[in-house]
Amino acid sequence: MINYKNHREKIDKILKKEISLQDNVQYFLNRIEENNNLNAFNFVFPECIDKAKEIENKILSGKYGKLAGMVIAIKDVLAIKDKPLTCSSNILKNFVSIYDATVIQKLIKEDAIIIGKTNCDEFAMGSSNENSKFGNVLNPYDNTRVPGGSSGGSAVAVAADLCDVSFGTDTGGSIRQPAAFCGVFGLKPTYGRVSRYGLTAFASSFDSIGPFAKSTEDTALILSVIAGIDKHDSTSSNNPVTDYMNNLELNKKLTIGIPKEYFTEGLNEEIKNSIFDIIDKLKNNGFEFKEITLPHNQYTIATYYILTTAEASANLARYDGARYGYRIENPKNLLDMYIESRSKGFGKEVKRRIMLGTYVLSSGYYDAYYKKAQKVRQLIKNDFINAFKSVDVIITPTTPTTAFKIGENIDDPLQMYLNDIYTTSINLAGIPAINIPIGKDKNNLPIGMQILANQFEEDKLLQMSYFIEKNRLLSH
Amino acid sequence: MNSNYEAVIGLEVHAQLLTKSKIFCSCSTEFGSLPNTNVCPICLGHPGVLPVLNLHALEFIIRMGLATGCSVNTQSIFARKNYFYPDLPKGYQISQFEKPVCENGYIEIEENKNIRIKRIHLEEDAGKLIHEHGNVSLVDVNRCGVPLIEIVSEPDIHSSKDAVTYLTKLRQILIYLGICDGNMEEGSLRCDANISVRQKGEVALGTRTEVKNMNSFKNVEAAIKHEINRQIGIIEEGNKVVQETLLWNAELNESISMRGKEQAHDYRYFPEPDLEPMIISDEWKQQIKSTIPELPDEKKKRFCSEYKLPKYDAEILTSSRELANYYEKVVQVTQNYKAASNWIMSDVLKIINERKIAINEFSISAENLGRLINLITGNKINGKIAKKVFELMLLENKTPEDIVQEKKLLQITDTCAIENIVEDIIQKSPEQVEDYLAGKEKIIGYFVGKVMAVTKGKANPQIVNEILIKKLNKKRHI
Repeated sequence: MINYKNHREKIDKILKKEISLQDNVQYFLNRIEENNNLNAFNFVFPECIDKAKEIENKILSGKYGKLAGMVIAIKDVLAIKDKPLTCSSNILKNFVSIYDATVIQKLIKEDAIIIGKTNCDEFAMGSSNENSKFGNVLNPYDNTRVPGGSSGGSAVAVAADLCDVSFGTDTGGSIRQPAAFCGVFGLKPTYGRVSRYGLTAFASSFDSIGPFAKSTEDTALILSVIAGIDKHDSTSSNNPVTDYMNNLELNKKLTIGIPKEYFTEGLNEEIKNSIFDIIDKLKNNGFEFKEITLPHNQYTIATYYILTTAEASANLARYDGARYGYRIENPKNLLDMYIESRSKGFGKEVKRRIMLGTYVLSSGYYDAYYKKAQKVRQLIKNDFINAFKSVDVIITPTTPTTAFKIGENIDDPLQMYLNDIYTTSINLAGIPAINIPIGKDKNNLPIGMQILANQFEEDKLLQMSYFIEKNRLLSH
Repeated sequence: MNSNYEAVIGLEVHAQLLTKSKIFCSCSTEFGSLPNTNVCPICLGHPGVLPVLNLHALEFIIRMGLATGCSVNTQSIFARKNYFYPDLPKGYQISQFEKPVCENGYIEIEENKNIRIKRIHLEEDAGKLIHEHGNVSLVDVNRCGVPLIEIVSEPDIHSSKDAVTYLTKLRQILIYLGICDGNMEEGSLRCDANISVRQKGEVALGTRTEVKNMNSFKNVEAAIKHEINRQIGIIEEGNKVVQETLLWNAELNESISMRGKEQAHDYRYFPEPDLEPMIISDEWKQQIKSTIPELPDEKKKRFCSEYKLPKYDAEILTSSRELANYYEKVVQVTQNYKAASNWIMSDVLKIINERKIAINEFSISAENLGRLINLITGNKINGKIAKKVFELMLLENKTPEDIVQEKKLLQITDTCAIENIVEDIIQKSPEQVEDYLAGKEKIIGYFVGKVMAVTKGKANPQIVNEILIKKLNKKRHI
């Protein structure tokens, strides 16, 4: 059983010998086994139990890393040396990474214990975790429902107590949406805050790595470990990294923006009411609210799908059967090898996006689609720049509905894409956002709320999240 | 070439940069390593890797831009060029499309004849396919990520000869700048040509073809000549040139169609999101400018004026920076500029070409060559002996003075001694004296030869001549 509410307490209890780290890791391994039906993991590393003793000794000796003994699950799109890296795709089913992602190096350096790799939508493309070669992941609150995607396995691993913390990636909502559906904290940092080296690229100018956790504190702790410039990632930022964990107390009451475009039709009433309930409580606590406008919001889904698929069409070109990954037997010739390996290696949604991306970059269409979408992206960024001139943070819903049924949207890609209506603009703008669990709907399904901040102002996000969490403003 | 036609040619030249490591990872760029040994997850295109720009490559292309009068853009971006081929691990090449590093330069191929450069951009090389193993093809990834610059000329070239001159000049500049070794056989310099022909006086361009795979100067010349004639032939027969890409086959001396217009690639260029725009500050540009050495053309002009050399000599001596340096070291020792040039152009280059070595590997130091020339100018040895001393200097690292002394080669300039020898020979050669007096003045050579034989070539030939004529003419008056 877990008898600590965050990592700080876990360390305390290990030091007081109230917790044995080996028992703790074994507990998670057993939980994973018992909850096999959730299908949250692609690969489990039972050998990590060997690390438990070593790290426990380190903790007891007083010399240990910031994440010592934290049991972490990693989305199967991040590279871990000598471990499978499948991206839940048939095309990489036998692929083993020969190097560590920068975030993995940092986790290992701080004595974290990596327990396995989690299921996800193929190449992180999807909002329901229904596009995985390893099969669907089930929502622990209702096994007939999706956990969200693409980082569905990572959200479930935390929500179902299969680990302390997990890692996901977020290109258009892939951390925040499953966090909302599974009732956990999920942070998408500023683009460039965390090195992408070792993250299998979906859309390079959108992809971000972030944690799922059960508390703001653990989220902050993880961020302070993984943030920072990396010589392997030219797009990583040299913006100074704050000690987020020891900087969680608000020193002033923030001004909060409410974008009117995010509370219109299509938003589930229960979600809307839960958020307004929190807004009321925050008002009572002295926070100032302002209605703001994000005038180009209506173009986000179109812009997002043009630009991300364009980048994806190039990023996924390397999976061609020539050097590694799946290749059909006895191809007739080179072209046949390419066509057949990629046709059989990729799933439906991935192929849909490669085709869309190839189309928008094609000669004669580039200006009308790709180039125009780049311009609109700038307008959407400007909307946020303007908004943050008058507010510190913005509060929005994370998703228009709570977790939907498995199969409900699978044949209607457009409806599926609309699930990302509140999350994609954040990636277009490159700003940070967090999902915090704020309650349950009448079906006992988790409701999520999203907080956004300006670039590199993760401290404000985490302070807001901490304030709400600590003062129990959540509407249970 | 049919004189009613004019050829219009543009060249695309790829030059591998001499950086130690690759353009986007730290792997070695060494040529000739075992296949797939200079590789890492980045140049292998494994999932999750990212490129990081090697700033030396950027510095090198800026050098080339500044050396060819290009404007160097303050901001420049990379683009992905998408196509599938087994030697391209990522399925796209990181190259440039919009905003290349350098634009609008030129190269002077002869006085008042410039070939404009449209752009020079930076990109990564692809790997190599090896087809020598039956029905399988193997991929060698070593070359993937070696930095390349592509130099694109305007269609200002009108003959195969000018194309070769342009390419020669371009290569010379690259080598002078120390940014490319210019080796066409190893593929560190590669050239493609876009060729069309039109009736003389016509303004509109004809349909062009692209010729690839010309891996030597000889092939460039032959392939272009062949293509011009092929196109004229087609037009003369009343047919139309088809836009296509051709591969030059040097053995068959003909080109083979590789792909037509219909199969032309749509590369779907778009800005590379993994790399930030390159910002090139004026300060950096100035700093790079200050490291650019004197270029071949400037050097040639200076050699003509400073050392009073004919253009021909200056051209040869400045053909490489090292050779020019050697010459300048020689003339620091001797004031006889033309003699120094003659020695290098004939004797030194002959040895270098025979032995296939570089001037840096040549065993006679510039200083010693200068001293040798001074021995001649100072009448210490004559030209013939000098050649002998030169031969000896090739064998051992000694100063010419030491060799002259050791081998007792010092010229005999003592008039008395020479007079005695001449007197003796005249005495012994009555028949030849008769001939001379009878007007066969050429026979003087016989006497010179005899004197030289006695003196082992050391007699000062001028003095010998003077004494001989004086003494023989005396006979006339008796």
